[in-house]
Amino acid sequence: MHKADVVVVGGGLVGMSIAYGLALLGRQVTVLDEGDDAFRAARGNFGLLWVQGKGYKNSPYASWTRQSVALWPEFNALLQSDTGIDLHLRQPGGFQLCMSEQELAEETRRLVWLQEAFDGDYPYELLDPAQLKSRIPGIGPGVVGACYTPMDGHVNPLKLLRALYAACTLRGVAIVNGVTVDGIDQHASGFGIRAAADRFEAEHLVLAAGLGNRPLGAMLGMDVPVRPNRGQILVTERLQPFLHYPTTYVRQTDEGTVQLGDSLESVGFDDRTSSEAMSEIAARAVQCFPQLGQVRMVRAWGALRVLSADGYPIYEAAHDSPGAFVVTCHSGVTLAAAHALRLAPWIAGEADAPGLRAFNLARFKGQSEVRYAH
Amino acid sequence: MPTDALFRSLQLAPNHVRITFDGMPLSVPAGVSLAAALLAHDVGHTRESPVNGRPGAPYCMMGVCFECLVEVDGQANAQACLIQVEDGMSVRRQRGARDLLIGGADDE
Repeated sequence: MHKADVVVVGGGLVGMSIAYGLALLGRQVTVLDEGDDAFRAARGNFGLLWVQGKGYKNSPYASWTRQSVALWPEFNALLQSDTGIDLHLRQPGGFQLCMSEQELAEETRRLVWLQEAFDGDYPYELLDPAQLKSRIPGIGPGVVGACYTPMDGHVNPLKLLRALYAACTLRGVAIVNGVTVDGIDQHASGFGIRAAADRFEAEHLVLAAGLGNRPLGAMLGMDVPVRPNRGQILVTERLQPFLHYPTTYVRQTDEGTVQLGDSLESVGFDDRTSSEAMSEIAARAVQCFPQLGQVRMVRAWGALRVLSADGYPIYEAAHDSPGAFVVTCHSGVTLAAAHALRLAPWIAGEADAPGLRAFNLARFKGQSEVRYAH
Repeated sequence: MPTDALFRSLQLAPNHVRITFDGMPLSVPAGVSLAAALLAHDVGHTRESPVNGRPGAPYCMMGVCFECLVEVDGQANAQACLIQVEDGMSVRRQRGARDLLIGGADDE
């Protein structure tokens, strides 16, 4: 039997960020990670720290997102000092490239609402094609305009995951791989987590297993409405730096490859690629940057986003299981800093976080619409 | 030209073609992959990593490791292990990442 202050179920970006935050507070943490047959959103994402447009008609989500990107430099410095790993954090602002007047109008409408919700404190610019071309020289004639906010950024998401593993290990977090949780027992002093022949005991339990949170939540009698949404990503050969800002469709990584993405498909638990989605992604990327038409693709993959029933994160302190928490979101990169430096202290009982009440499970009673934002 | 390569052909090729590597003329067996042709000559490393400058040479010989990237007839980042040698092929060491010349004069 293994004992810890906190058991975190889920070794992706969400679980590891929380584990790191708890370790920074001196908690003894054990992370249970399912294994390489799990759906791993943390190993398939695009690497954006994205703010613009998020939280339209939901200002708590917009605030939480902005809080996280504001914390990112501190989070990055902590990880770098612990591990020496350069995550290549860059926060130069980001561009939403719009391929039609309709799309530009829709994005603008969202930014106008958000700026009003923040009493004017929500910087953005709308750029016509000529202005855009002066900022991003390679842009194509099919782009009718763009929205820019200085709040957006990007990071190498695989290096982030690697740094979290290294930093957690360094700070005494026990990471157990290849564990599938079979059952959870509640008792007076906490939780017993059963996994095959193993048993893990902890006072606090954090479910951060992405799509696995639905069956895990059910073990504690909770309905956690999460479902998969597939995104596909194409990666090009390495190119000299030509794109110094993240955009929603095209992002050049620190090592020269260019990621093309932002497809949305509801195809259940199927994380394969499809030629239809890949050709759409490629065609749109070439519309954005015509010279990408001359470039070789070297890799492609599919991954499953973890979407809640309304598209927003879930931060639940389980009402009927005191000491248990459910955490789910689809922006594990953007929100990593807030998860480590704000959510973990809330879970540890060291800080109140009134802003998180908007994200509990009670909100799903009688609601089913999904709004997606990057 | 005389070479002192790490690899030696198991059999003598009936036909040869001529290619150049960074301007150096090489006689190579017809019908082999460019990667095999380069390994059979003492050309040293065939690329420099765009990430850290580390020298590399053909390794997996089956299209997955990207260590064999070279510039072939002006085309950057070509996988030498997936290309058959052709007479007159001009091959250059791949130094760093490909330059797309965005905002520059032309593509190649």
